[in-house]
Amino acid sequence: MNVVTNNKWIGQRTIRPDGMDKVTGRAQFAADTTMPGMIWGKILRSPHPHARIRSIDTSKAEKLPGVKAVVTSKDIVDFPIEKGAVMLGIQDMRWMCRNVMARDKALFPGHPVAAVAATTEAIAAEACNLIEVDYEVLPWAIEIEDALKPDAPILHEFNKWEGKPSNIVGRLEHKKGDIEQGFKQADIVIERTFTTRPVHQGYIEPHACLISVAPDGKTTIWSSSQGQFMVRAMTAHLTGIPQSDIRAIPAEIGGGFGGKTIVYLEPVATLLAKKSGRPVKMVMTREEVMRATGPTSGSKSTVKIGATKDGKIVAAHGTFYLQAGAFPGSPIRGAAGCSFTPYDIPNLLSEGYDVCSNRSKVAAYRAPGAPIGAYAVECVLDEVAEALKMDPLDFRAKNAAKEGTKAAHGPVFPRIGYLETVEAAKASPHYAAPLGDGNGKLRGRGVASGFWFNAGGESSAQVNITEDGNVVVTTGHPDIGGSRAGIANICAELLGIDYRRVSVIIGDTQTVGFSNLTGGSRVLFASSMVVTQSTEKIIQTLRERAAKIWNIDPEAVKWENGAAHPVSPNAGQFEPLTLEELADKAPAMGGPIGAGVQLNTQGADGGFGTHVCDVEVDVDLGIARVIRYTAVQDVGRAIHPGYVEGQLQGGVAQGIGWALNEEYIYTKEGKVDNPGFLDYRMPVCSDLPMIDCIMVEIPNPKHPQGVKGVGEVPLVPVMAAVANAIYNALGKRFYALPMSPPKVLEKLDEPIRQAAE
Amino acid sequence: MAKVHVTTTINGEPMEFLCEPNDTMLDALRGPLGLTGSKEGCASGDCGACSITLDDRLVCSCLMLAVESEGHEIRTIEGMAQGDRLHPLQQKFLEMAALQCGICTSGMLVASDALLKKNPDPTEEEVRFWLAGNLCRCTGYDKIVRAVMETAAEMRAQ
Repeated sequence: MNVVTNNKWIGQRTIRPDGMDKVTGRAQFAADTTMPGMIWGKILRSPHPHARIRSIDTSKAEKLPGVKAVVTSKDIVDFPIEKGAVMLGIQDMRWMCRNVMARDKALFPGHPVAAVAATTEAIAAEACNLIEVDYEVLPWAIEIEDALKPDAPILHEFNKWEGKPSNIVGRLEHKKGDIEQGFKQADIVIERTFTTRPVHQGYIEPHACLISVAPDGKTTIWSSSQGQFMVRAMTAHLTGIPQSDIRAIPAEIGGGFGGKTIVYLEPVATLLAKKSGRPVKMVMTREEVMRATGPTSGSKSTVKIGATKDGKIVAAHGTFYLQAGAFPGSPIRGAAGCSFTPYDIPNLLSEGYDVCSNRSKVAAYRAPGAPIGAYAVECVLDEVAEALKMDPLDFRAKNAAKEGTKAAHGPVFPRIGYLETVEAAKASPHYAAPLGDGNGKLRGRGVASGFWFNAGGESSAQVNITEDGNVVVTTGHPDIGGSRAGIANICAELLGIDYRRVSVIIGDTQTVGFSNLTGGSRVLFASSMVVTQSTEKIIQTLRERAAKIWNIDPEAVKWENGAAHPVSPNAGQFEPLTLEELADKAPAMGGPIGAGVQLNTQGADGGFGTHVCDVEVDVDLGIARVIRYTAVQDVGRAIHPGYVEGQLQGGVAQGIGWALNEEYIYTKEGKVDNPGFLDYRMPVCSDLPMIDCIMVEIPNPKHPQGVKGVGEVPLVPVMAAVANAIYNALGKRFYALPMSPPKVLEKLDEPIRQAAE
Repeated sequence: MAKVHVTTTINGEPMEFLCEPNDTMLDALRGPLGLTGSKEGCASGDCGACSITLDDRLVCSCLMLAVESEGHEIRTIEGMAQGDRLHPLQQKFLEMAALQCGICTSGMLVASDALLKKNPDPTEEEVRFWLAGNLCRCTGYDKIVRAVMETAAEMRAQ
């Protein structure tokens, strides 16, 4: 494996290959595609949080002029519960088949119960209204506390916990040492309970697809997702069409953040297209996105941390209850596995519980589970540091995990960069700067750290040299954050040519080899590995071709600055042969030049970050604003610094939203009451300051360019950093998110209320 | 319901189209006019992905009826570059990594252009409040604000 040094393109802020299409409006997102003869699909959704479906009568809808097909759960392939799990990645098809279309029960308001395709959207919507569903309305539970009550309505009666039907559908623990003994050694022990609300990934592009099924069953899908291969596989499972007959074409994706790692529309649209013989387009409304996709879990966490007087953490216990929504699958692995990981704690128990409730099925959201757990842990750490009268960064540094530390979730750490992030935060201009005068508003500063596993996994790439001596790279991962730009930099670097000669495209499922999801912060890590190996094969071919032309040994040829050269004058005196010249001679010298590599990539090191946040709180209005923010992260190697910073800044913005405003609010009937961007309050431009980034680069030794995943870590520390800053400003701690104006005011008015009572 | 015939100007070109009386301008742009650069993120005027100008006034095309364009001048993202010459904002967004997924980019550019026409020397705060109607979930706005201010400075220097 060649580690590239003296880089020309790696580390440069090049123009992204897909940029021109995106600034001119040319880029094709899923909803931008049309086909001749296309009709429109619409979904009928349950109005009830929990109801048994006694019968569905679609006859009136079918008779409406313009209606071309109706689909119900009878059309979706069933994966019977009793036959056991059928896993596709982390998704169990037993739940997926019931999530895309309710079978015996509707489990949340918005749960699909039927679908219609008609010549116009209006007719499809009208037909949905004509479908008669006989519901037996059942009692429901949305909040974790309600779902855990002894008499709680049970979503999945087959599920038993400690011998009784229960909404607890899973548990996971990580353990190290003996916490009982550990807490005995502690001079100070602090235990707190925290709650967070469900929050949505908030991608601006609603889910959409266009699907055509030919009479022979050959299916073409244009859709926006975090993995065209996931779309193909799930659609195949749920429709019975073989994968070889489904061509899933990745449209440009308008944000996903984990929320587009599963399908909602594609199997339904495929069946409507198959039944009607017409291409079917489906586009969710924002309201459908908010009611029926995502969000991440709400949570209830209890964290207990014990430390000695000299600031050493001796024991910690975390219990994380996460709300899965309608089907099992909360990100308890992230909550229990990541939250304590930045620290070397000898005695640790970290437990996660997966709890079903009558809300849409949880979907991955940027470092799934980790921000929820880190929020609780990092707030308690702040309290412990304060009690010990230690600087919160010094306290973290003193307990930092480092090379050789055994993490509770298994690995013994290689060289990691956590301590460097703490040191860089401490040395930052931000941490040294005075808070300044808030002119009547109260200011405070907080810090927090975070960890995410990062992932490797399957990736495929094909690199081809064009006849005119330029380069086309095809990979299999939808590009969300700028991965094409990173790949262009790397390929240009290896070939020694201008990056603008490298065109990077995302292949569809039938033109590039299997590539796993865009998720787990894996895309640049994994795809640059396969692109590097493919490019190295091409360089080998180019050297062999030059050797043949010069009639010397291939070992006597080196590749430099986009051309073959003799390694030394001893090898012979030849003018360099450029990539263009070798491409031109290719037909006579052995044929086309190209190489593909497919790998299950290994060696993705975890990522660590430490954040510093300043807030200003208006005590009259209860509004907390972030006024300065610095995100420090060990990024391994910043292949394209602009888009690495972009990941950090975007993650921080989402975390600020989660901390201060975003939450699902429910009506007393159990329906989401804020299913739009006006009332589901994501940060807007005027809510935020500039977000400063400090990129610490400790290269990953197991990666040819030193890459570590960077996309998810930036969300992990944010809510705790904001909460700790608000405490610093107000001298009052919040144990629940969001810290929105009414909740801040309530807290500030507490003494007045208590005095009045 | 009979369709309505509308005569308007889009990106400087005279245009005619047919629409339902209740179609939004965004429906017409993305449908019969085939201009899919304007995006629908919410259909309620909250995300700004469908931003266009109506007689130089910035509007959400999802909040405007298509028939209201009769006799007026509409500009969309597709009219921002002149042939192969990008508008300075487009060029700066590319250079400064002011876009990631790209779904908000059309609206951001149209809104930023409208700002600079009105105020060629905006403060950071003015940029942030002007763009408060354009949601971006990827970038945290940092690079977008910087790109707009940098473009403004360059355009003033010319």
